[in-house]
Amino acid sequence: MMSPEVFADYALMIAFVAVSVSQLLAMVRLVIGPGAGDRILALDTMVINGIGLIVLVGLYQGTQVYFEAALIFAMLGFVSTVAYARFLLRGDIIE
Amino acid sequence: MARSVLRRLLPHPALTLILILVWAILNSSLSLGTIVFGAILGILIPQATVAYWPDVPRGIRFGKLVSYTLLVVWDILVANVQVAWIVMTKPNAKMKSTWVNVPLDIKTPEAITMLAGTITLTPGTVSADLSDEGHCLLVHALDAEDADAVRDDIKQRYEARLKEIFE
Amino acid sequence: MTGFADILIGLSLLIGALFTFVGSFGLLKLDMPMKRLHGPTKAGTLGIGALLMAAMIDSFLSGHGTIQHILIMAFLFVTAPISALFIAKVHIHTGTCQKPPQPSEDSQWATKAVVDTQET
Repeated sequence: MMSPEVFADYALMIAFVAVSVSQLLAMVRLVIGPGAGDRILALDTMVINGIGLIVLVGLYQGTQVYFEAALIFAMLGFVSTVAYARFLLRGDIIE
Repeated sequence: MARSVLRRLLPHPALTLILILVWAILNSSLSLGTIVFGAILGILIPQATVAYWPDVPRGIRFGKLVSYTLLVVWDILVANVQVAWIVMTKPNAKMKSTWVNVPLDIKTPEAITMLAGTITLTPGTVSADLSDEGHCLLVHALDAEDADAVRDDIKQRYEARLKEIFE
Repeated sequence: MTGFADILIGLSLLIGALFTFVGSFGLLKLDMPMKRLHGPTKAGTLGIGALLMAAMIDSFLSGHGTIQHILIMAFLFVTAPISALFIAKVHIHTGTCQKPPQPSEDSQWATKAVVDTQET
């Protein structure tokens, strides 16, 4: 039986691997498409996974300084997803 | 008189409270300076945005809103496991994904927004579109045997509760 | 006490890793554009929620506790349905999905109604 600290360290490693693999899977979907909607969805997923990676790096280094980065990443990701989708819907972002 | 002044100063009282709370959490402090600056933001931002959200929702039952939120959180947890199982194990050809047409009883925009958000967050269904007059919601179900069962489930489980909260 | 918190952090991390992976795996595996929408918008969101929960417990463990992470969580849970709705509208607009049925009460879905008014 391993100690709790060792368990948390292993869980952190597993989470790094899983989120990185998810990022690669989303990237494959971004490349193969086939439609523009799929590519937007893949980008949105990559932004969400990127937030996960930032949070994991913060956990690994034991600091809180990455919180703002994660928050701004979340906001920019949402705005860019909506802007891209609106561009495809209307051909114009600000009317 | 005093009432109309108050209404002009605080067009969205709940939004003001939420902004103060968010500002305090963002600074992770509860000092007097934080609260005062949060209150300044909480008064200025609703006044700047009231033009885009003129009809303030009135008569929301907050007790029922809390119990509804807890129900939705529980549903998100349970149903996420189910969808994860479907995605990992079921082959693509066996999934019966369908469109579901949900006629709406609720009329206020806030209630319809919350219903659409709830439908998307509870896995297995994504709200895809609203009809042009706002009386119907288009929902996509990932793996549903019976579209009518999904529609009845949404109407009984979520829409009836939202109707009690907002109307 | 510290050991219990460490176990909680580990479990949250594992749950978050699992759901994040399922979300992206579903994005790659499912075969129709509308089906793909189901994976990332929900499993992904819950996965990141669990990772943020782990970070929050860790911040309390290391002394300077903060609940800032709840803000990111709330933001993601509020915006995920809106992103999903816009992407679904793109699918309906570009016709990369099955044709949706007619609405039972009004004349047309909003996405198509806009196209009709633009064309005429």
